[in-house]
Amino acid sequence: MTFEADSRGYFGDTWGGRFMPEALVAALDELTEAWQDAMADESFVSEFERVLRDYAGTPSRLYHAERLSQQVGARILLKREDLNHTGAHKIRNVMGQALLTKRMGKSRVIAETGAGQHGVASATAAAWFDLDCTVYMGAVDTRRQALNVARMQLLGAKVVPVESGSATLKDAINEALRDWVASVDHTAYLFGTAAGPHPFPSMVRDFCRGIGDEARAQCLEQYGVLPDAIAACVGGGSNAIGLFTAFLDDESVEIHGFEPGGDGVETGRHAATIHAGEPGVLHGARTYVLQDEDGQTIESHSISAGLDYPGVGPQHSWLAASGRATYTPVTDAEAMDAMALLSRTEGIIPAIESAHAVAGALRLAERLGAEKGPDATIIVNLSGRGDKDMGTAIEWFGLGQADAGEEQAR
Amino acid sequence: MTSSSTAFAKARAEGRAALVGYLPAGFPTVDGSIAAMRTMVEAGCDVIEIGLPYSDPVMDGPTIQTAAQQALDGGTRTADVLRVVEAVAATGVPTLVMTYWNPIERYGVERWASDFAAAGGAGMITPDITPDHGQEWIAAADAHDLDKVFLVAPSSTDERIAMTTAACRGFVYATAVMGVTGARESTSDLAGPLVARTRATTDLPIGVGLGVSTRAQAAELAGYADGVIVGSAFVRTLLDHPDDEAAGLAALRALTEDLAAGVRRA
Repeated sequence: MTFEADSRGYFGDTWGGRFMPEALVAALDELTEAWQDAMADESFVSEFERVLRDYAGTPSRLYHAERLSQQVGARILLKREDLNHTGAHKIRNVMGQALLTKRMGKSRVIAETGAGQHGVASATAAAWFDLDCTVYMGAVDTRRQALNVARMQLLGAKVVPVESGSATLKDAINEALRDWVASVDHTAYLFGTAAGPHPFPSMVRDFCRGIGDEARAQCLEQYGVLPDAIAACVGGGSNAIGLFTAFLDDESVEIHGFEPGGDGVETGRHAATIHAGEPGVLHGARTYVLQDEDGQTIESHSISAGLDYPGVGPQHSWLAASGRATYTPVTDAEAMDAMALLSRTEGIIPAIESAHAVAGALRLAERLGAEKGPDATIIVNLSGRGDKDMGTAIEWFGLGQADAGEEQAR
Repeated sequence: MTSSSTAFAKARAEGRAALVGYLPAGFPTVDGSIAAMRTMVEAGCDVIEIGLPYSDPVMDGPTIQTAAQQALDGGTRTADVLRVVEAVAATGVPTLVMTYWNPIERYGVERWASDFAAAGGAGMITPDITPDHGQEWIAAADAHDLDKVFLVAPSSTDERIAMTTAACRGFVYATAVMGVTGARESTSDLAGPLVARTRATTDLPIGVGLGVSTRAQAAELAGYADGVIVGSAFVRTLLDHPDDEAAGLAALRALTEDLAAGVRRA
């Protein structure tokens, strides 16, 4: 079985493809050719590696979370993507795409963003590579994430609030595509996840797959074994596919994606696209989609803005359909519990996105620890840090009031 | 049902271009959209293009987005679109549906083609399907004798234009600008060369759309295109009269008559 896309961008003959306006096909063809050309060019690949190493701080550490491991009865290894420059795995994707943009001779980049993480990463890459940058962001999100709007602006990007539709991430993608149709001769679209029309799912994966390549080598080197399971959160799925790719042919390794279960899948307020969606076409790819009976996209819900997307990368749909990977929902409450647990046991505040993966790993640890003992090994992609989520944490946990009164009373 | 090519042939026989008018089904209401499209037929549209409202219309500018959202908010369902098709097709003009792909895939491609043909629909315009990713639709359309209208764009290579026109039936939709739907002040200088490149590959009629809103623009395009496609400008007349259906229809009628004079270069 191949987990790769065919030359037309279909995974498993079904998922992915390119359901796009003809006006963009020439640009997508040009991009496909440039990407394939670049990946076959040693000077591009080594320049990409150099930029990630010197600027973004890769390879990220594979860190044994010992106290957490003791508590859960299995060896938990955290892939510390949260320590990368800009605080998440997304820097890998944008530096790759921006380097490719330069190679293609284009002068402007556009991007969509939900919570602002991909927008900040894109603005960062644009600053570093001296490219004009416009970021589309749902108007609702610009209000929820004013700090990230300011970060993008400080980095020199223009942030455009999107009022159409539900004024969230999916509408920001629509608006970026509309911009791109009109600007495609000089503009590259830095797509934020491993979704969208061919070649984005494969290209974004290629730029993110260093996560898994590094983790696999680090695990073998540090522990002499492959992990029993690997875990990542899945919204669009770039950090997950980045981790999974290196392990796809390792049949002994269980692969687990954890989807945002929101208030619980049974409530209908969630973003568990693979678990609860149906096959459809969204943003240029055939994939699982949260949709109603008529094929209208249903608004997704997650406490984590970075996972709040009603579609998912098509390769994940194929990995699910083929049975190679398992996708399970994790609720908001479980993710927030995991955020608190990791903070208190390891002194690491994860992004709420990544906390979904941690929560999922706790379930895996219970099973694998019982089956295989404390050496059962689970790699968790800690895809981002939690600084950006403190507003949500303050609200969720009721934090922010100093404990002075209590101290005195003791 | 009648292929849209018959309307183009009739216009050509009269020494003019055809006027193709677009409105979303269910805007402002399902019945309101039927009344509006009948008005467009009476006032001179040769072909009607019915938009199937969709939550994520990436090829549409703000005007059509607003109308489609209003239709969805009003509860318009895919089945309602078939009712509109039936009512408009009953006027005798070729009636097409313009739709993004997911609602059709969700309805079932074969089932849709069958129900749509039964309602009297002539064919579909598919803005996010290109022939190289549209085999399922092509097969269903062929089985039910429906028009397949694919788009060509200024950015299309000659090779892709040839591939696209070879897969079209009815007419070819040439997008005059690199951009989304919406009225623009002047016609694009990209349309002429695109029509010429398209003409070199096919005998099918060529309709030009995106950005056309005035009689003068229609007249200019009628100089070299077989059809002039207008959408946002029609939608605008109804958006401008939100609480007065009669005034909206009067404005719609006046614009249609004006554009119909334009395609006659009058």
